[in-house]
Amino acid sequence: MLEFRKDIFADERDDNLMEIGQPTQRQDMLGHVTGTSPYYDDHRFANLLHLKILRSPHAHARIRSIDDSVAARAPGVKRIIRAADVPVNLNTLLGLIQFGKDDEPSLATDIVRYKGEPILGVVATSERAALEALALVRVSYDPLPAVFDVEEALKPGAPSVNPSYPKNTFEYYGKYDHQKLRYGDADAAFAQADVVLDERYQMSPIEHAPTETNGSIAVPDTNGRFIVYTSTQALFFSLDTSAKINAMPSNQLHFIGGTVGGGFGGKVDTMTEPLSILAARLTGAPVRYRFSRHEEMQFGSPRGGERIYIKDGVMKDGRIIARKVRAYFDSGAYTRLSSYAVVKCAAHIPGPYTIPNVHADVFCVFTNRTPATAMRGFGVTALDFALECQMDKGATAIGMDPLEYRILNAYRDGDMKAHRREAKNCALIECAQVAAEKANWPLRDEFRKMSSRKDGGAAHVGGAADRTRAPASPAATRAPASTPQRVAYERPAPASPPRTAPAAPPPRSAQPPPPAAPAGSTHGAPRFSSVFGTRRR
Amino acid sequence: MAKHRGRGVATINYPIGMNLGGDPSQALVHSNPTGKFTVALSSIDLGQGMKSVTRQICAETLGVPVEDVYVDTADSDTGPHCMGSFASRGTHRVGNAVMVAAREARAVMMEAAAEELEVDPSDLETDGKGSIRVKGAPHRSISVRDVAIAAHGGFGTQRRHGHIRQGKTIAGRGIFLVPLSDVDPETGEMSPATCYAHACLIAEVEVDDETGDVTVLKMTSAYEIGRAINPKLVEQQLVGGSWMGMSHALYETPEPYYPDTRNGPRDFNEYLMPGPGDICPHDILVLERPAPDGPFGAKGPGEMCANPVLPAIANAVFNAVGVRINDLPITPEKILRALKARGSGSAPARLR
Amino acid sequence: MKTPIQFRLNGEDVATFADGGANLLDVLREGVGDLSVKGGCWQGTCGTCTVLIEGVPRLSCVTLAETCTGRSIETTAGLRHGADLHPLQKAFMERFAAQCGYCTPGMLMAAKALLDRNPNPSREDVVEAIGGNICRCTGYEPIINAVLDAARTDSRRHT
Repeated sequence: MLEFRKDIFADERDDNLMEIGQPTQRQDMLGHVTGTSPYYDDHRFANLLHLKILRSPHAHARIRSIDDSVAARAPGVKRIIRAADVPVNLNTLLGLIQFGKDDEPSLATDIVRYKGEPILGVVATSERAALEALALVRVSYDPLPAVFDVEEALKPGAPSVNPSYPKNTFEYYGKYDHQKLRYGDADAAFAQADVVLDERYQMSPIEHAPTETNGSIAVPDTNGRFIVYTSTQALFFSLDTSAKINAMPSNQLHFIGGTVGGGFGGKVDTMTEPLSILAARLTGAPVRYRFSRHEEMQFGSPRGGERIYIKDGVMKDGRIIARKVRAYFDSGAYTRLSSYAVVKCAAHIPGPYTIPNVHADVFCVFTNRTPATAMRGFGVTALDFALECQMDKGATAIGMDPLEYRILNAYRDGDMKAHRREAKNCALIECAQVAAEKANWPLRDEFRKMSSRKDGGAAHVGGAADRTRAPASPAATRAPASTPQRVAYERPAPASPPRTAPAAPPPRSAQPPPPAAPAGSTHGAPRFSSVFGTRRR
Repeated sequence: MAKHRGRGVATINYPIGMNLGGDPSQALVHSNPTGKFTVALSSIDLGQGMKSVTRQICAETLGVPVEDVYVDTADSDTGPHCMGSFASRGTHRVGNAVMVAAREARAVMMEAAAEELEVDPSDLETDGKGSIRVKGAPHRSISVRDVAIAAHGGFGTQRRHGHIRQGKTIAGRGIFLVPLSDVDPETGEMSPATCYAHACLIAEVEVDDETGDVTVLKMTSAYEIGRAINPKLVEQQLVGGSWMGMSHALYETPEPYYPDTRNGPRDFNEYLMPGPGDICPHDILVLERPAPDGPFGAKGPGEMCANPVLPAIANAVFNAVGVRINDLPITPEKILRALKARGSGSAPARLR
Repeated sequence: MKTPIQFRLNGEDVATFADGGANLLDVLREGVGDLSVKGGCWQGTCGTCTVLIEGVPRLSCVTLAETCTGRSIETTAGLRHGADLHPLQKAFMERFAAQCGYCTPGMLMAAKALLDRNPNPSREDVVEAIGGNICRCTGYEPIINAVLDAARTDSRRHT
């Protein structure tokens, strides 16, 4: 199942270690299998109160009036928490590191901007009593036009979602509505390319769906402090954010994190602590604010949906000479962490490849949906999906093996990256070679011999010469000019007789890639003969 | 009318730590009176093994067995500041902070041992089993336990040994910070990370061209992670992460018709994820090219282990039935629509 | 108006008072103090809260506490025999079959129910038995292997 290739890069390692590299049993494993690992909710209090939140049913609406008088008198209700009760009712998580404007209220004041936005809280002696009281709150809304599509949101006249960013994009450097990456001259390179691929990719938002939902319990302590048991992934982020929103000195808060029952990025935002602490202050009792699964799924922040356009300029010999990316992060109604994801995405372009001309614009866009947040691979997951599908398409377009295509273009030690930093400590090529060997994915000899180390590889196929050159026009050495072809991938295949599947896959040809591919080749290239208008033989 | 097999590949790298740096973590390490060490952190363990990894790093740096180290974490009163557990920063940032703290504690421990043995601290080495001995003369040794007892100055040691005049705090403090990088607004010039992990993943799928169902048959992957602090924890991440990647690629969405927000799942009955009957065998190979600034060269596999699965599966679907799905998740509906739009009959099996 | 509820928990008689309509999960955690039972969804869709009622795996979050009067309930807190771990617990440890650990109590109970009635399960039997328990961390493979390992060890079953 899992094996080590200690032979690779052995000369860079000192493997003479005692504890490092040992399969030592986890410190918490005994607690896990006995059910004694303490999660934030594994504390009992005789007088625990429960905070439940009234949430907007509208994606975008003005709140005309709120009548909570009946709810306040409902059985078991100790306190109603209103927007006016929140000492500092506007915040942004990255304000702690001076990145972005405070834009999100803990409880909505006049306008709600996403379905599920918190409006009001009820603190009661049981969850059931709190939920029944919530049902007695009367709110009247004037619905407003809403926008849900990232590109629609950027068009003039689109409804404005977030008053801190009226044009529906985060502001970068006080100057731009996106993060730029500019290296070389991509547009000039496209004109020189043999093949140009222009593709669109769309991610869906997804849920973190940890088995433990977000939650916290705030407990008045004996000396005027508050102990907060929390599911957070970032203890001091949550503590300092809670202190700011509650206008409390940070040392009045004692945060105790549990073992966390799964996070994956969904417990980095400070979702419940500010209000559970406020409720504890206002009632003098321990208060738990725990997301139900429905809240976690519908109103807890998801990984944001990203839309990514990638245009590649590729030479017939396999070199990618230009890559242009335009990407939109759907931040939902408020910033949270999406502003940061955009920069991380720009930092990841064009992927682990040395491409001499790179151009990118990455946007953080506000829409009227649940604010997004970090999730495993933040800023990168979507881009990797798009890039690696694009790589596959490029390989197919020129009839090259997809792994060899990647190895050819892979970055190596000493290469100049689009961010104007030298690549080092690279290992993409070795990973490709090792996986190919294990999976019996044939690679031609020259690709099996290539290396990430500076000048440690065989001559590059196709004559890609100076890999470390500064941004300039594409290499002079290239295949004879042919008209760049735009590849449209969704064209229907021509009517052709169905092929019978071979009983076993035929052995891969060891020849260079088509146009001379024999019939029955396993490249898949014949499937795209229609694209070039000729039948590959 | 048929099931078609296909293989697809993805190669990726992953930046270690919060983008642009500027994300510090601190650690405190101290010994109790009998030579057992505690690491105090505010860092969070969310299953990725923070406590276990930092424990091993501390033990290695101190030169003591891992059983003699305990990691106490997630208390803001006792644990110094840590930015948090995200961005694959735990092993690298917190691990480094623990090393700095452990080095300071070790230096005090070796000084105390040197006083007891009446040698110079540079003449001493730890044996990793609980003793400190003179290099080249291993019979001249003292246990870490006895060093701690002597250093703490209690238990009548001053009267008995008369060596250590004042007590010593066998303790250390550590902080690790990658300085925050600037970003050029015009060109995007920046230093995103000091090191990157790498991966290549090959997915083999079977696609039913009548139902659109995709079955993942096998995964083969190679991950380069700098240094595997604990191979079992690495395996946990890579196996669990590949499951999450498969789930992301084929099953999950709270907005099935994004950007239309309607018909979103409300519970686990409607939000689909693969179950234990849907998993496939996964051969994993681990490479280690130490990061110059990683603790013992370690990077961090926690996030990237899901990423290559998504495109590898999309590429495998193409290899199997000749359609490209560019929108996630890849559902049977999308495959059938694409096959229909493509218009041809059954696609040939293509296996690489 | 609270109702008295009395039942056997891990071999001991316990009693508590509960609101009418209270679910077994809340009664176990907050009434009796057995925090080894975890809640994941409180709507019967994730399996995290699985306990055994007379040997049968049940979702405690959607089980009316009042229906458990006089019955015999097992939770993870009762798996150990004194200081000795149950073979399943040992196997989970050896196979590193837990990361965040939150699904583990429910997973162990579902697995125990299987091994108590079928000491020699096939892999498919194990998959079926834990098919109602969501794990978000491990990818299931180490859990399946752990249950098969536990079945192979020749040890007494703790009831």
